[in-house]
Amino acid sequence: MAEFLMIIVSAVFINNFVVVQFLGICPFLGVSKDFKSALGMGIAVTFVMTITCLITYPIYTYVLVPLGIDFMEIIVFIFVIASVVQMIESVLKRFSPTLYNAMGIYLPLITTNCAVLGVAELVIDPAQMASLIGIQAAQMNMGFAVLYGLFAGVGFTLAIVLMSGLREKIARATVNRHLKGFPIAMLTASFIAMAFYVFTLIV
Amino acid sequence: MKTDFKKIAKDGLITSNPTLKLVLGTCPTLALTTMASNGIGMGLAVTFVLICSNVMISLLKRTIPKEVRIPAFVLIIATFVTIVRLVMDKFLPDLYDSLGLYLPLIVVNCIILARAESFASKNGVIASAADGLFMGLGFTVALTLMGAVREILGNGTVFGFKLWDFSIGFFAGSAGAFFTYAVFIAVFSLISYNAEKSKKLKNLPELKEAE
Repeated sequence: MAEFLMIIVSAVFINNFVVVQFLGICPFLGVSKDFKSALGMGIAVTFVMTITCLITYPIYTYVLVPLGIDFMEIIVFIFVIASVVQMIESVLKRFSPTLYNAMGIYLPLITTNCAVLGVAELVIDPAQMASLIGIQAAQMNMGFAVLYGLFAGVGFTLAIVLMSGLREKIARATVNRHLKGFPIAMLTASFIAMAFYVFTLIV
Repeated sequence: MKTDFKKIAKDGLITSNPTLKLVLGTCPTLALTTMASNGIGMGLAVTFVLICSNVMISLLKRTIPKEVRIPAFVLIIATFVTIVRLVMDKFLPDLYDSLGLYLPLIVVNCIILARAESFASKNGVIASAADGLFMGLGFTVALTLMGAVREILGNGTVFGFKLWDFSIGFFAGSAGAFFTYAVFIAVFSLISYNAEKSKKLKNLPELKEAE
Protein backbone atom coordinates (compact mmCIF):
# COMPACT_ATOMS: atom_id res chain seq x y z
CA MET A 1 0.00 0.00 0.00
CA ALA A 2 2.84 2.37 0.89
CA GLU A 3 4.49 1.62 -2.46
CA PHE A 4 1.21 2.27 -4.21
CA LEU A 5 0.94 5.73 -2.66
CA MET A 6 4.60 6.40 -3.39
CA ILE A 7 4.09 5.62 -7.09
CA ILE A 8 1.15 8.02 -7.28
CA VAL A 9 2.95 10.87 -5.53
CA SER A 10 6.18 10.30 -7.42
CA ALA A 11 4.68 9.92 -10.89
CA VAL A 12 2.12 12.69 -10.64
CA PHE A 13 3.95 15.33 -8.59
CA ILE A 14 7.61 14.80 -7.67
CA ASN A 15 8.82 13.45 -10.99
CA ASN A 16 6.08 14.94 -13.13
CA PHE A 17 6.66 13.79 -16.67
CA VAL A 18 6.30 17.17 -18.30
CA VAL A 19 7.71 19.84 -16.03
CA VAL A 20 10.37 17.81 -14.21
CA GLN A 21 11.48 15.13 -16.67
CA PHE A 22 10.77 17.14 -19.85
CA LEU A 23 8.94 14.36 -21.67
CA GLY A 24 6.05 15.22 -23.97
CA ILE A 25 6.88 18.91 -24.25
CA CYS A 26 5.64 19.13 -27.86
CA PRO A 27 1.97 18.37 -27.07
CA PHE A 28 2.33 20.29 -23.79
CA LEU A 29 3.12 23.46 -25.75
CA GLY A 30 1.17 22.63 -28.92
CA VAL A 31 -2.19 21.35 -27.66
CA SER A 32 -2.62 23.50 -24.55
CA LYS A 33 -4.34 26.51 -26.09
CA ASP A 34 -7.77 25.63 -24.68
CA PHE A 35 -8.98 23.56 -21.77
CA LYS A 36 -11.11 21.09 -23.72
CA SER A 37 -8.45 19.93 -26.15
CA ALA A 38 -5.85 19.81 -23.37
CA LEU A 39 -8.04 17.46 -21.37
CA GLY A 40 -8.72 15.31 -24.46
CA MET A 41 -5.02 15.05 -25.21
CA GLY A 42 -4.23 14.23 -21.58
CA ILE A 43 -6.77 11.41 -21.40
CA ALA A 44 -5.64 9.97 -24.74
CA VAL A 45 -1.97 10.00 -23.64
CA THR A 46 -2.81 8.39 -20.29
CA PHE A 47 -4.72 5.66 -22.08
CA VAL A 48 -1.92 4.93 -24.55
CA MET A 49 0.80 5.06 -21.87
CA THR A 50 -0.97 2.52 -19.65
CA ILE A 51 -1.57 0.06 -22.49
CA THR A 52 1.97 0.56 -23.82
CA CYS A 53 3.47 -0.36 -20.44
CA LEU A 54 1.14 -3.35 -20.26
CA ILE A 55 2.55 -4.64 -23.56
CA THR A 56 6.17 -3.48 -23.70
CA TYR A 57 7.17 -4.57 -20.19
CA PRO A 58 6.38 -8.28 -20.73
CA ILE A 59 7.80 -8.18 -24.27
CA TYR A 60 11.09 -6.81 -22.97
CA THR A 61 11.33 -9.01 -19.86
CA TYR A 62 10.05 -12.31 -21.23
CA VAL A 63 11.00 -12.17 -24.92
CA LEU A 64 13.84 -9.74 -25.71
CA VAL A 65 16.03 -10.38 -22.65
CA PRO A 66 15.88 -14.22 -22.71
CA LEU A 67 16.67 -14.17 -26.45
CA GLY A 68 19.57 -11.77 -25.85
CA ILE A 69 18.28 -9.18 -28.32
CA ASP A 70 17.47 -6.46 -25.82
CA PHE A 71 19.36 -3.93 -27.95
CA MET A 72 16.41 -4.09 -30.37
CA GLU A 73 14.16 -2.46 -27.77
CA ILE A 74 13.83 0.94 -29.48
CA ILE A 75 12.65 -0.56 -32.77
CA VAL A 76 10.29 -3.01 -31.04
CA PHE A 77 8.85 -0.36 -28.72
CA ILE A 78 8.16 2.19 -31.42
CA PHE A 79 6.39 -0.53 -33.42
CA VAL A 80 4.32 -1.56 -30.40
CA ILE A 81 3.34 2.06 -29.73
CA ALA A 82 2.37 2.70 -33.34
CA SER A 83 0.22 -0.45 -33.42
CA VAL A 84 -1.35 0.26 -30.00
CA VAL A 85 -2.35 3.72 -31.18
CA GLN A 86 -3.75 2.31 -34.42
CA MET A 87 -5.61 -0.42 -32.54
CA ILE A 88 -7.12 1.97 -29.98
CA GLU A 89 -8.26 4.19 -32.81
CA SER A 90 -10.08 1.35 -34.60
CA VAL A 91 -11.58 -0.09 -31.40
CA LEU A 92 -12.85 3.30 -30.27
CA LYS A 93 -14.30 4.06 -33.68
CA ARG A 94 -16.22 0.78 -33.62
CA PHE A 95 -17.42 0.63 -30.01
CA SER A 96 -17.48 4.12 -28.57
CA PRO A 97 -18.03 6.89 -31.10
CA THR A 98 -18.44 9.48 -28.31
CA LEU A 99 -15.02 8.72 -26.88
CA TYR A 100 -13.58 8.57 -30.39
CA ASN A 101 -14.92 12.05 -31.14
CA ALA A 102 -13.43 13.33 -27.91
CA MET A 103 -9.88 12.04 -28.38
CA GLY A 104 -9.75 10.68 -31.92
CA ILE A 105 -7.87 13.57 -33.47
CA TYR A 106 -5.11 13.41 -30.83
CA LEU A 107 -4.38 9.72 -31.27
CA PRO A 108 -2.25 9.91 -34.44
CA LEU A 109 -0.08 12.58 -32.77
CA ILE A 110 0.70 10.29 -29.87
CA THR A 111 2.91 7.89 -31.84
CA THR A 112 5.66 10.50 -31.92
CA ASN A 113 5.06 11.72 -28.38
CA CYS A 114 8.23 11.19 -26.39
CA ALA A 115 6.28 10.71 -23.16
CA VAL A 116 5.00 7.35 -24.43
CA LEU A 117 8.34 5.98 -25.63
CA GLY A 118 9.90 7.55 -22.54
CA VAL A 119 7.68 5.65 -20.11
CA ALA A 120 8.28 2.39 -22.01
CA GLU A 121 12.06 2.91 -21.74
CA LEU A 122 11.84 4.02 -18.11
CA VAL A 123 9.90 1.07 -16.67
CA ILE A 124 12.32 -1.52 -18.08
CA ASP A 125 15.24 0.05 -16.21
CA PRO A 126 14.94 -1.35 -12.64
CA ALA A 127 17.71 0.86 -11.19
CA GLN A 128 16.08 4.04 -12.45
CA MET A 129 12.62 2.93 -11.33
CA ALA A 130 13.97 2.06 -7.89
CA SER A 131 15.26 5.59 -7.41
CA LEU A 132 12.04 7.11 -8.79
CA ILE A 133 9.46 5.23 -6.73
CA GLY A 134 11.54 4.14 -3.75
CA ILE A 135 11.45 0.33 -4.08
CA GLN A 136 14.22 -2.25 -4.34
CA ALA A 137 15.39 -2.88 -7.91
CA ALA A 138 14.63 -6.60 -7.55
CA GLN A 139 11.04 -5.82 -6.48
CA MET A 140 10.21 -4.30 -9.84
CA ASN A 141 7.38 -6.13 -11.54
CA MET A 142 4.69 -5.72 -14.11
CA GLY A 143 2.13 -4.28 -11.68
CA PHE A 144 4.45 -1.42 -10.76
CA ALA A 145 5.25 -0.82 -14.42
CA VAL A 146 1.60 -0.51 -15.45
CA LEU A 147 0.71 1.62 -12.43
CA TYR A 148 3.62 3.92 -13.15
CA GLY A 149 2.48 4.24 -16.77
CA LEU A 150 -1.05 5.12 -15.63
CA PHE A 151 0.00 7.74 -13.09
CA ALA A 152 2.69 9.25 -15.26
CA GLY A 153 -0.15 9.83 -17.72
CA VAL A 154 -2.23 11.42 -14.95
CA GLY A 155 0.73 13.70 -14.20
CA PHE A 156 0.91 14.66 -17.87
CA THR A 157 -2.82 15.44 -17.88
CA LEU A 158 -2.50 17.56 -14.75
CA ALA A 159 0.34 19.61 -16.22
CA ILE A 160 -1.29 20.16 -19.62
CA VAL A 161 -4.63 21.11 -18.04
CA LEU A 162 -2.95 23.60 -15.68
CA MET A 163 -1.09 25.04 -18.64
CA SER A 164 -4.26 25.40 -20.75
CA GLY A 165 -5.96 27.36 -17.96
CA LEU A 166 -3.08 29.81 -17.75
CA ARG A 167 -2.80 30.15 -21.52
CA GLU A 168 -6.48 30.97 -21.88
CA LYS A 169 -5.81 33.97 -19.64
CA ILE A 170 -2.61 34.96 -21.43
CA ALA A 171 -4.38 34.88 -24.80
CA ARG A 172 -6.27 38.01 -23.71
CA ALA A 173 -3.18 39.88 -22.52
CA THR A 174 -0.97 42.14 -24.61
CA VAL A 175 2.35 40.44 -25.13
CA ASN A 176 5.55 41.84 -26.64
CA ARG A 177 5.95 40.78 -30.27
CA HIS A 178 9.11 38.76 -29.56
CA LEU A 179 7.61 36.97 -26.58
CA LYS A 180 4.40 35.98 -28.38
CA GLY A 181 3.76 32.28 -28.89
CA PHE A 182 6.39 29.86 -27.65
CA PRO A 183 8.48 32.13 -25.38
CA ILE A 184 5.52 33.30 -23.27
CA ALA A 185 4.24 29.70 -23.09
CA MET A 186 7.65 28.60 -21.83
CA LEU A 187 7.77 31.37 -19.24
CA THR A 188 4.37 30.12 -18.04
CA ALA A 189 5.75 26.59 -17.92
CA SER A 190 8.67 27.93 -15.91
CA PHE A 191 6.27 29.11 -13.22
CA ILE A 192 4.46 25.76 -13.23
CA ALA A 193 7.84 24.06 -12.83
CA MET A 194 8.64 26.27 -9.85
CA ALA A 195 5.35 25.24 -8.26
CA PHE A 196 6.15 21.57 -8.86
CA TYR A 197 9.64 22.03 -7.40
CA VAL A 198 8.01 22.34 -3.99
CA PHE A 199 6.86 18.70 -4.23
CA THR A 200 10.47 17.48 -4.33
CA LEU A 201 10.88 18.82 -0.82
CA ILE A 202 8.18 16.60 0.71
CA VAL A 203 10.14 13.35 0.43
CA MET B 1 19.27 21.33 -60.85
CA LYS B 2 22.18 22.85 -58.95
CA THR B 3 22.15 22.49 -55.20
CA ASP B 4 22.31 25.79 -53.36
CA PHE B 5 24.52 24.81 -50.43
CA LYS B 6 24.77 28.36 -49.15
CA LYS B 7 20.99 28.56 -48.76
CA ILE B 8 20.83 25.15 -47.08
CA ALA B 9 23.56 26.20 -44.63
CA LYS B 10 21.88 29.51 -43.86
CA ASP B 11 18.48 27.80 -43.42
CA GLY B 12 19.81 25.22 -40.98
CA LEU B 13 21.95 27.54 -38.92
CA ILE B 14 19.89 30.74 -38.92
CA THR B 15 16.66 31.30 -40.86
CA SER B 16 15.00 28.04 -39.86
CA ASN B 17 17.15 27.00 -36.95
CA PRO B 18 15.36 23.92 -35.57
CA THR B 19 15.75 24.92 -31.92
CA LEU B 20 15.41 28.69 -31.90
CA LYS B 21 13.13 29.36 -34.87
CA LEU B 22 11.06 26.22 -35.49
CA VAL B 23 11.04 25.16 -31.81
CA LEU B 24 11.34 21.46 -32.61
CA GLY B 25 12.94 18.79 -30.45
CA THR B 26 12.17 20.68 -27.28
CA CYS B 27 12.43 17.73 -24.89
CA PRO B 28 16.19 17.09 -25.18
CA THR B 29 16.82 20.84 -25.42
CA LEU B 30 15.23 21.48 -22.05
CA ALA B 31 16.48 18.35 -20.34
CA LEU B 32 20.10 18.19 -21.45
CA THR B 33 21.22 21.83 -21.38
CA THR B 34 22.31 21.65 -17.75
CA MET B 35 25.86 21.27 -19.09
CA ALA B 36 27.47 22.55 -22.28
CA SER B 37 29.19 19.21 -22.93
CA ASN B 38 25.82 17.40 -22.85
CA GLY B 39 24.62 19.85 -25.50
CA ILE B 40 27.51 18.94 -27.81
CA GLY B 41 27.08 15.21 -27.22
CA MET B 42 23.34 15.25 -27.87
CA GLY B 43 23.73 17.64 -30.80
CA LEU B 44 26.29 15.47 -32.54
CA ALA B 45 24.27 12.30 -31.92
CA VAL B 46 21.22 13.97 -33.50
CA THR B 47 23.34 15.33 -36.38
CA PHE B 48 24.64 11.84 -37.17
CA VAL B 49 21.14 10.32 -37.14
CA LEU B 50 19.82 13.25 -39.17
CA ILE B 51 22.45 12.90 -41.92
CA CYS B 52 22.08 9.12 -42.13
CA SER B 53 18.29 9.11 -42.11
CA ASN B 54 18.11 11.97 -44.63
CA VAL B 55 20.45 10.13 -47.02
CA MET B 56 18.59 6.83 -46.60
CA ILE B 57 15.15 8.37 -47.06
CA SER B 58 16.31 10.39 -50.03
CA LEU B 59 17.64 7.20 -51.65
CA LEU B 60 14.41 5.32 -50.95
CA LYS B 61 12.00 8.14 -51.74
CA ARG B 62 10.67 6.46 -54.88
CA THR B 63 10.52 3.00 -53.31
CA ILE B 64 8.52 3.82 -50.18
CA PRO B 65 4.76 3.95 -50.91
CA LYS B 66 3.14 7.21 -49.82
CA GLU B 67 0.60 5.57 -47.48
CA VAL B 68 3.17 3.87 -45.23
CA ARG B 69 5.89 6.48 -45.42
CA ILE B 70 5.67 7.63 -41.78
CA PRO B 71 6.13 4.13 -40.26
CA ALA B 72 8.92 3.52 -42.77
CA PHE B 73 10.69 6.76 -41.81
CA VAL B 74 10.35 5.96 -38.11
CA LEU B 75 11.80 2.49 -38.66
CA ILE B 76 14.81 3.92 -40.56
CA ILE B 77 15.39 6.52 -37.82
CA ALA B 78 15.06 3.89 -35.06
CA THR B 79 17.73 1.77 -36.76
CA PHE B 80 20.25 4.61 -36.80
CA VAL B 81 19.43 5.57 -33.22
CA THR B 82 20.13 1.98 -32.17
CA ILE B 83 23.51 2.19 -33.96
CA VAL B 84 24.40 5.46 -32.21
CA ARG B 85 23.33 4.01 -28.88
CA LEU B 86 25.43 0.86 -29.20
CA VAL B 87 28.49 2.78 -30.42
CA MET B 88 28.19 5.37 -27.66
CA ASP B 89 27.70 2.72 -24.99
CA LYS B 90 30.94 1.06 -26.11
CA PHE B 91 33.21 4.07 -26.71
CA LEU B 92 31.75 6.98 -24.69
CA PRO B 93 30.20 5.38 -21.58
CA ASP B 94 30.25 8.63 -19.55
CA LEU B 95 28.31 10.54 -22.17
CA TYR B 96 25.98 7.54 -22.59
CA ASP B 97 25.13 7.72 -18.88
CA SER B 98 24.56 11.46 -18.82
CA LEU B 99 22.31 11.42 -21.90
CA GLY B 100 20.44 8.46 -20.38
CA LEU B 101 16.80 8.22 -21.36
CA TYR B 102 17.05 10.98 -23.96
CA LEU B 103 19.30 8.95 -26.25
CA PRO B 104 16.63 6.42 -27.31
CA LEU B 105 14.18 9.32 -27.45
CA ILE B 106 16.02 10.72 -30.50
CA VAL B 107 13.66 8.40 -32.42
CA VAL B 108 10.69 10.60 -31.62
CA ASN B 109 12.62 13.87 -31.95
CA CYS B 110 10.43 15.98 -34.21
CA ILE B 111 13.39 17.56 -36.06
CA ILE B 112 14.38 14.30 -37.71
CA LEU B 113 10.90 13.30 -38.83
CA ALA B 114 10.18 16.87 -39.94
CA ARG B 115 13.31 17.01 -42.15
CA ALA B 116 12.55 13.54 -43.54
CA GLU B 117 9.04 14.58 -44.45
CA SER B 118 9.68 18.11 -45.70
CA PHE B 119 13.17 17.87 -47.23
CA ALA B 120 14.68 14.40 -47.74
CA SER B 121 11.57 12.89 -49.34
CA LYS B 122 11.59 15.64 -51.98
CA ASN B 123 15.29 16.35 -52.66
CA GLY B 124 18.41 14.60 -53.93
CA VAL B 125 20.89 12.63 -51.85
CA ILE B 126 23.67 15.25 -51.61
CA ALA B 127 21.28 18.10 -50.82
CA SER B 128 19.61 15.94 -48.16
CA ALA B 129 22.94 15.08 -46.58
CA ALA B 130 23.89 18.78 -46.49
CA ASP B 131 20.49 19.63 -45.03
CA GLY B 132 20.95 17.00 -42.32
CA LEU B 133 24.43 18.31 -41.53
CA PHE B 134 23.44 21.96 -41.22
CA MET B 135 20.14 21.33 -39.42
CA GLY B 136 22.06 19.14 -36.98
CA LEU B 137 24.75 21.78 -36.53
CA GLY B 138 22.11 24.46 -35.93
CA PHE B 139 20.65 22.22 -33.22
CA THR B 140 24.11 21.52 -31.76
CA VAL B 141 25.13 25.20 -31.63
CA ALA B 142 21.86 26.24 -29.98
CA LEU B 143 22.05 23.43 -27.42
CA THR B 144 25.69 24.12 -26.60
CA LEU B 145 25.09 27.86 -26.14
CA MET B 146 22.09 27.23 -23.91
CA GLY B 147 24.04 24.60 -22.00
CA ALA B 148 26.93 27.02 -21.48
CA VAL B 149 24.64 29.78 -20.20
CA ARG B 150 22.85 27.46 -17.81
CA GLU B 151 26.08 25.86 -16.65
CA ILE B 152 27.75 29.22 -15.97
CA LEU B 153 24.76 30.68 -14.12
CA GLY B 154 23.55 27.53 -12.40
CA ASN B 155 26.81 25.84 -11.53
CA GLY B 156 29.63 28.36 -11.95
CA THR B 157 31.43 26.12 -14.46
CA VAL B 158 31.69 25.89 -18.23
CA PHE B 159 32.52 22.59 -19.98
CA GLY B 160 33.40 21.37 -16.48
CA PHE B 161 36.03 24.07 -15.81
CA LYS B 162 35.42 26.07 -12.67
CA LEU B 163 34.92 29.81 -13.22
CA TRP B 164 33.80 31.08 -9.82
CA ASP B 165 31.96 29.98 -6.70
CA PHE B 166 28.91 32.04 -7.51
CA SER B 167 25.85 30.09 -8.72
CA ILE B 168 22.08 30.48 -8.96
CA GLY B 169 20.33 27.17 -8.37
CA PHE B 170 17.30 28.31 -10.35
CA PHE B 171 19.12 27.94 -13.66
CA ALA B 172 20.18 24.37 -12.95
CA GLY B 173 16.60 23.31 -12.19
CA SER B 174 13.65 22.62 -14.47
CA ALA B 175 12.11 26.08 -14.06
CA GLY B 176 15.42 27.60 -15.20
CA ALA B 177 15.38 25.38 -18.28
CA PHE B 178 12.04 26.78 -19.45
CA PHE B 179 13.11 30.30 -18.55
CA THR B 180 16.44 30.13 -20.42
CA TYR B 181 14.80 28.62 -23.50
CA ALA B 182 12.13 31.36 -23.51
CA VAL B 183 14.79 34.08 -23.27
CA PHE B 184 16.86 32.46 -26.04
CA ILE B 185 13.90 32.33 -28.46
CA ALA B 186 12.90 35.90 -27.65
CA VAL B 187 16.45 37.25 -28.10
CA PHE B 188 16.89 35.31 -31.34
CA SER B 189 13.62 36.73 -32.64
CA LEU B 190 14.68 40.24 -31.62
CA ILE B 191 18.07 39.95 -33.35
CA SER B 192 16.66 38.55 -36.58
CA TYR B 193 13.91 41.18 -36.57
CA ASN B 194 16.43 44.01 -36.19
CA ALA B 195 18.74 42.52 -38.80
CA GLU B 196 15.87 42.36 -41.28
CA LYS B 197 14.85 45.92 -40.49
CA SER B 198 18.34 47.35 -40.99
CA LYS B 199 18.67 45.37 -44.23
CA LYS B 200 15.45 46.95 -45.49
CA LEU B 201 16.66 50.43 -44.51
CA LYS B 202 19.95 49.83 -46.29
CA ASN B 203 18.15 48.78 -49.47
CA LEU B 204 15.85 51.78 -49.41
CA PRO B 205 18.12 54.43 -51.07
CA GLU B 206 19.09 51.95 -53.80
CA LEU B 207 15.45 51.41 -54.58
CA LYS B 208 14.89 55.15 -54.86
CA GLU B 209 17.85 55.52 -57.19
CA ALA B 210 16.54 52.72 -59.37
CA GLU B 211 13.25 54.50 -59.71
